[in-house]
Amino acid sequence: MTAQTDETQEAKAPEFGKARLRKEDERLITGQTNWTDNIQLPGMLHIAFLRSPFAHARITSVDVSAARNEPGVVAAYSGADFAAEQGSLPCAWPVTPDIVIPAHPPMATDEVRYVGEAVACVVARDRYAAADALAAIEVDYEELPPVLDIRTALDEDSPQVHEAGNKSFEWVFANGDMDAAIRDAPIVIERTYRQQRLIPAAMEPRAVVCSCVGGEFTLWSATQIPHVLRLMLALVTGIPEQNIRVIAPDVGGGFGSKLQVTAEEVLAVLMARKLGRPVKWTESRSEGNMTTHHGRDQWQRIRLAADSDGRIRGLDVDLLADMGAYLMLVTPGVPLLGAFMFPAIYKMDAYAFKCTGIFTTKMPTDAYRGAGRPEATFAIERIMDELAAHLGVDPLTVRERNWIKHEEFPFTTIAGLTYDSGNYEAATAKAKELFDYDGLRAEQEQRRASNDPVQLGIGISTFTEMCGLAPSRVLGSLAYGAGGWEQASIRMLPTGKVEVVTGSSAHGQGHETAWSQIVADQLGVAFEDIRVLHGDTQVSPKGMDTYGSRSLAVGGMALVSACDKVIEKAKVIAAGLLEASAGDLEWSPGRFAVRGDPDKGVTIAEIALATFAAHNLPDGVEPSIDADATYDPDNFSFPHGTHLCATEIDTETGFVKIRSYVCVDDIGTVVNPLIVEGQVHGGLAQGIAQALYEEAVYDDAGNLVTSTLADYLVPSASDLPSYVTDRTESRAANRLGVKGVGEAGTIASTPAVVNAIVDALRPLGIQDVTMPCTPERVWRAIQDARGTDQASAAELHAARQSDQTQGNSPQGSDMPDQTGGAA
Amino acid sequence: MTEVTVTVDGVKYVDNVEPRLLLVHYLREVVGKTGTPIGCDTSNCGACTVLMNGESVKSCSVLAVQADGADITTIQGLANGDLHPIQQAFHELHALQCGYCTPGMIIAASDLLRENPHPSDEEIREGLEGNLCRCTGYENIVRAVRRAAETGVSS
Repeated sequence: MTAQTDETQEAKAPEFGKARLRKEDERLITGQTNWTDNIQLPGMLHIAFLRSPFAHARITSVDVSAARNEPGVVAAYSGADFAAEQGSLPCAWPVTPDIVIPAHPPMATDEVRYVGEAVACVVARDRYAAADALAAIEVDYEELPPVLDIRTALDEDSPQVHEAGNKSFEWVFANGDMDAAIRDAPIVIERTYRQQRLIPAAMEPRAVVCSCVGGEFTLWSATQIPHVLRLMLALVTGIPEQNIRVIAPDVGGGFGSKLQVTAEEVLAVLMARKLGRPVKWTESRSEGNMTTHHGRDQWQRIRLAADSDGRIRGLDVDLLADMGAYLMLVTPGVPLLGAFMFPAIYKMDAYAFKCTGIFTTKMPTDAYRGAGRPEATFAIERIMDELAAHLGVDPLTVRERNWIKHEEFPFTTIAGLTYDSGNYEAATAKAKELFDYDGLRAEQEQRRASNDPVQLGIGISTFTEMCGLAPSRVLGSLAYGAGGWEQASIRMLPTGKVEVVTGSSAHGQGHETAWSQIVADQLGVAFEDIRVLHGDTQVSPKGMDTYGSRSLAVGGMALVSACDKVIEKAKVIAAGLLEASAGDLEWSPGRFAVRGDPDKGVTIAEIALATFAAHNLPDGVEPSIDADATYDPDNFSFPHGTHLCATEIDTETGFVKIRSYVCVDDIGTVVNPLIVEGQVHGGLAQGIAQALYEEAVYDDAGNLVTSTLADYLVPSASDLPSYVTDRTESRAANRLGVKGVGEAGTIASTPAVVNAIVDALRPLGIQDVTMPCTPERVWRAIQDARGTDQASAAELHAARQSDQTQGNSPQGSDMPDQTGGAA
Repeated sequence: MTEVTVTVDGVKYVDNVEPRLLLVHYLREVVGKTGTPIGCDTSNCGACTVLMNGESVKSCSVLAVQADGADITTIQGLANGDLHPIQQAFHELHALQCGYCTPGMIIAASDLLRENPHPSDEEIREGLEGNLCRCTGYENIVRAVRRAAETGVSS
């Protein structure tokens, strides 16, 4: 691109690519924010829930009568009080025709299936009184055996979570001749990886307020999905949709955890109706850890067949996915989002995928940042390192041998996705240079040679992902219950200012800023003159909300479409004002001018005012240049990047220190580099946290052990490294050229860190460390490998025997055949 | 009920409170200072950090009755008119995304810089380890605190 073109571009789109400071910040840094828990309404009551202390039990009786007599208590309810009206919490993604979707009453009536499931509640004048009165509720349970391990949950003798059994669905995909690939390939590597269960842990706990006046409901909720929630509340409760207004005020993070229709939201609606008074519920953190949906939790068996030069022939994936006790909004769809990503950036002849969704007596899983794609990326990027180790070549070399070359785009992968653009060579070259890859490899050799107690590991992740969810017809073909479009409206105010209404629902992403930048460029109005409205179904009546890195690639494009319509309508009015033919007008951002007479023109603000007055509009032209647009993408978008991580491992303590982390991401064009960098940083932190710190742990009775932030290790500033971030850019096929960045860092970083840990320890014979790679786990792996603990070494040896990397007939793994192969 | 006198952001309040009432609930629900949010119930997250007689405390770990006679500064009273230099630095360096941890983070940073006006990055990270952020990965928070230290918080 020449300098001159750059200047033209700059003149046409001065806001695009500018590091604008965020419009959102002022209210957030001064404490003026409107969080849901801040809302106080006249006469408002507070709800507290009594929750099951058992993972699995029959409820034999619930008596709330004593609680009703406690001070300050207005009402107390058991599940029976809601049975006639509470319906069943929705699952919008029935992935197969024969999927088992058990009834999921918001409040349990006869059986509880995870610790924390609501069994009764109190409504009182303040939150302390409500919590106190829970102690007066009597519940009798008959304990049933828990189901806690998806590897044995399909055994014949396993206790059953639901009458229909523990299997929810089996979903398969295959392309190419996998049998031939496995049979003919000289190298077949098989691994089993554990994707531990995670807790999303947005900093703002869930909260809901509901008022019911004259049959009209207003629900404030800390949600990512006000529009979906409104629809689902109508379907679940039978309240007419037009009588429900959902407001997502400022929302303090989500990461997928607020992409949900929750029991508490439904019950708040029902209680507001019963009582005729507004009600509020805010979860405590320990309540939230138990009862806000969890993420990940898969066992992944993956087989990679390759030629002796490292070229991949086939990839065979067999997943067991823990659904938890029920299917929530998109629970069964999460592993499917990963199904298309296991082949990642690599070319191959055959791909087979099978996922079995299994019920356990734990909190349901659902979307958590990346949702299916981090799991897939982890497995493929881990096994690519195993292939490299088997071949004795650099892990980057084996990737380069297999990846799609930049001149091959657009490229249809073995999973059937068409990647529109990308340049893996460019991102990798830049990352290697920033990282000093060759220098670190040399240092690693030295440390190995000198038997340094602190060993250096280098981890690689050349990830891609699919985001910008999603073309509606693709979602339909995957049995998802809704479309993937997004809505935008532009309102031109008489003063020349602009209101932008978006169906995206930000909860920290900075849409008010980025959307202003996009519209400023499209309409040629000042950034400061634009106000972005969102998150209230009465203000923004139509939308598909924010998740899956979709807001810019879909919602941003909806803005562009709406601006196009504004300009088209304005042109007709401008022609009248200028007494010229519309065909003779030329648009440059902000102004129409008569071709050949640039001084004769009219600005968009002047047109807006003239339209408002409507005194001199051409005959038959409506007095409005406002416009709505609904944009449905043609394709997903495919961000990619090369992430390089250097870890120092103290082999005497097992402590892992991230010494440096470099990532070069290609997320297409960038609206606001400041926001993009922030998204990458935060994404990296969550991916690193999965690798090193976080795991939702249940004990043998099904109690959540990590129920507080003292036990569930969300990392602090002192636990995380500084990051070096950079970008390469290949335009996506949409008009803005944007791909999406919300999940990239999380998807990429987990395998980069674990690969670095295994790379450091590989000379000891270590091939894997189960996440989270705590000092204890790393230390034990080292001790076992060194054989100082004979018993453990024997166990390790046995494990290795069953995990051979060579030969055409790999042995089994620690994921039993009877579960993995259940059909 | 116990009578307490608490000065919050320069205004004196006299209230009768239950002895078990947490300071954070007193601030949010009695005084109406909702700028201080609650992120956990085990004093791990630091979202509710305020200054009590000039030193940072997690207001979920203090009873309102313990604050009797105290001078409390919340995020809503940190600045005099314009933004406090730490607030300004958080804005300029994009040190917040959802903003839920931000009030506590800014208050904790102000106490950190009071004790150590020129901290290293490592000292900033250690000084803020009682405040959790789920959005930013902390990189820009560290940069913002460094910027505030450079521009002079006391100015």
